[in-house]
Amino acid sequence: MPADRELPGQHDKDLLRFITCGSVDDGKSTLIGRLLHESKALFEDQLAALEGDSRRFGTQGDSLDFALLLDGLGAEREQGITIDVAYRFFATERRKFIVADTPGHEQYTRNMVTGASTADLAVLLVDARKGVLTQTRRHSYLVALVGIRRVVLAVNKLDLVDWSREAFERIEAGYRAFAARIGIDEVVAIPLSALHGDNLKEASARTPWYRGPSLLQHLETVPIDAAADAGPLRMPVQWVNRPDLDFRGYSGRIVGGRVRPGDAVRVLPSGRPSTVARIVTFDGDLDEAQAGQSVTLTLADEIDISRGDVVCAADDPAGLADQFEATLVWMADAPMLPGRPYLVKAGATTLGASFGQPKYVVDVNSLDHLAAKTLELNGIGVCNLTLDRPLPFDPYERNRDMGGFIVIDRYTNQTVGAGLLHFALRRSQNIHWQAVEVDKQARIRQNGHRPCVLWLTGLSGSGKSTLANIVERKLHALGARTYLLDGDNVRHGLSKDLGFTDADRVENIRRVGEVARLMVDAGLIVITAFISPFRSERALARSMVERDEFFEVHVDAPLAIAEQRDPKGLYRKARRGELKNFTGIDSPYEAPDAPEVHVDTTRGTPEAAADAIIATLVARGIVRAE
Amino acid sequence: MPALSHLQRLEAESIDILREAVAESERPVMLYSIGKDSSVMLHLARKAFFPSRPPFPLLHVDTTWKFRAMYELRDRMARESGLELIVYRNPEAVRLGINPFTHGSALHTDLWKTQGLKQALDRHGFDLAFGGARRDEEKSRAKERVFSFRSAQHQWDPKNQRPELWRLYNARKNKGESIRVFPLSNWTELDVWQYILVERIPIVPLYLAAERPVVERDGTLVMVDDDRFPLREGEAPVMRRVRFRTLGCYPLTGAIESDADTLEAIIREMLVARTSERQGRLIDQDAGASMEKKKAEGYF
Repeated sequence: MPADRELPGQHDKDLLRFITCGSVDDGKSTLIGRLLHESKALFEDQLAALEGDSRRFGTQGDSLDFALLLDGLGAEREQGITIDVAYRFFATERRKFIVADTPGHEQYTRNMVTGASTADLAVLLVDARKGVLTQTRRHSYLVALVGIRRVVLAVNKLDLVDWSREAFERIEAGYRAFAARIGIDEVVAIPLSALHGDNLKEASARTPWYRGPSLLQHLETVPIDAAADAGPLRMPVQWVNRPDLDFRGYSGRIVGGRVRPGDAVRVLPSGRPSTVARIVTFDGDLDEAQAGQSVTLTLADEIDISRGDVVCAADDPAGLADQFEATLVWMADAPMLPGRPYLVKAGATTLGASFGQPKYVVDVNSLDHLAAKTLELNGIGVCNLTLDRPLPFDPYERNRDMGGFIVIDRYTNQTVGAGLLHFALRRSQNIHWQAVEVDKQARIRQNGHRPCVLWLTGLSGSGKSTLANIVERKLHALGARTYLLDGDNVRHGLSKDLGFTDADRVENIRRVGEVARLMVDAGLIVITAFISPFRSERALARSMVERDEFFEVHVDAPLAIAEQRDPKGLYRKARRGELKNFTGIDSPYEAPDAPEVHVDTTRGTPEAAADAIIATLVARGIVRAE
Repeated sequence: MPALSHLQRLEAESIDILREAVAESERPVMLYSIGKDSSVMLHLARKAFFPSRPPFPLLHVDTTWKFRAMYELRDRMARESGLELIVYRNPEAVRLGINPFTHGSALHTDLWKTQGLKQALDRHGFDLAFGGARRDEEKSRAKERVFSFRSAQHQWDPKNQRPELWRLYNARKNKGESIRVFPLSNWTELDVWQYILVERIPIVPLYLAAERPVVERDGTLVMVDDDRFPLREGEAPVMRRVRFRTLGCYPLTGAIESDADTLEAIIREMLVARTSERQGRLIDQDAGASMEKKKAEGYF
């Protein structure tokens, strides 16, 4: 875009994104409403509507209730709280502003982290009568966590403490001491009355002792600089641009440093070097491009690059790893379960991922580190992250776009968490598989059959163990090497330390899957008989072996029939409330969508079902029929 | 290198969104309503994929009641961009001859636009649709995501939206669900006009002031764009110097009196404007949450 054309009444503005945070009664909505009003971002018809709304719903008597202006969604208006992040826009002569407005109530973690993730600065409101509260510290911690280093401490409602310099300075000093502890380097404290407009746009005569800028003056002049702008070149490739056979470009947004034609680059994860040939845009080729710009690069060499690869400065490329220590912020009602497979989106790529048990979770009120087995909604914890392939990255502290990721649930597709990469675990960069001479192929030749996992899943009492025993007997008779993993031989040893919570169930299935994987490598046909109620864990077990080595067998009995059979009396106990988390009673069973074998236990005998399973193995070339 | 201006940043962000959406969808489409926001969005799409052509068609959900000048620009832009233009008219609305004069604006909008859009998306199997909506337009839009999910029934659930962090857009969906993507989310009306000016983007001339035949109804100036306009007893079109801040169906769009006949003059007028652009839209003026209601039902 040519930048040299004069705009009437407007010079080249820059853009500041900030977030406002505060508790419910700190006057945040009034402040934002005022900023919009002062900068003429409100129109007469909007003001007229606001006057009407203020009379109908308002809490400010006959005055305008700016909170109503900001509560966009009908549901929120009924409840009288804002439940989400809203974005507001205003501009002054110098700058355009995008404000992320986040509520202060209990959903604050998810909303604040979301709003702060794109902000350059935070405006933190405190009520001059109350000073710095737990809530203020909590908001500051979240702001610092997401990497915001500049904070405006807006000491509001100073009119209610008689414009007391002492009150203002006491609050300021207390806050500075706290901010330094959590890594906020720059605090500018401003005495305000948002309601009356003091020190909002112009210096107020009622605070003659205050020599600093008004809020708007500060917002207009505070430097905007991201650490990434000065760093080395990073451009995640979003889209391979191939209009015809003669042109091959890589389109993406530069998220770090700058680039010129002739620059040496290295493309990750392949690590292949090349040189930038052209920076192509609709407005013509550029001589240089910088962080923040969306461009298309062509390279001097024909190398294979696809979406998700990152073009890096050759002399300072990003790291590459598949195991990390990360801070994770959980945003879903269902807790994070260690070991469960999730998806992670980072840069322009989406990878399979799982998390370890949290090393600790942070109590955002006290900043204490606490032990935990999972991460609940709005929980923040540090844990290890394992990806299914290497990811080019920089630590979040150095580059938000190269170190931030979101977590996606594989089944609901919801965004369930967000995370910050800190560093790669050393072992992930140094693990090399020990080459072995006797390998799986050698064992297959000796055994005379191929290995696989027969994964039986179904309700308690559906007949998994009965069926598993018959199948193993028949396979043994065919000369196959087999092993049966079931509750009896796993729960008493390998998983002795686990209970029956969702998190423990996931871990149990992960262990069984790992053992099954090793046994498949050893050449065995492994039969497992576990309820394994969750699709995602069965998907995890499936992902541990080759695609044609996993056979999911749904041993299907209606709950009523399984409960009627009740061979171990467990349903009766569960119904009496003596057994918690019992599948089918107070814990869900997620039936397989497309099992390799479906056994309807209400029809036919177990013998016939076993024969059907073995017929499937024969048809798929695992074993030979007699 | 000088720091990027706010327009350069907005442009780069929109291009980023357009590319990401295309990379993550199977059958994207761009809703093209011929207004100034659509014009900017189409221009950004041409930039985003250059030297390739944007890899999606344009979809115009037509009501047969747009201004004639809009149809002219639509056909010209389709030719110039080289993109396929799909024009969809709800066959039921065609059969019933739905129009705002006999049937009222609510039914007119529902059948032609809301139902028409759902039908068009279903018929062509589009799983992602770009729209030119901006967050500054209306209160309920301020919390709208850039990537906004619709159920298989095209419904929007404001309580179940995905958080959007950094520049990471989660575009995963189940079969039958679709995504609406708004590349202009963070633009304001003023940004749009400034960008049209610096980029010399073609727009419908109705945005610029000229002498036009209008009648004044219920305090609104309505342009008589063709002979389908039923004049009431004693009504006669008069020539007034007017322009439009938004464009829709001509009987439902109010003109403002203005002398702003250049882009520079429009921007100057905007800087002192005291009413929002939506004021000229006759469909917005019911109870507070009306736009949210329409969106929940599937209106774009």
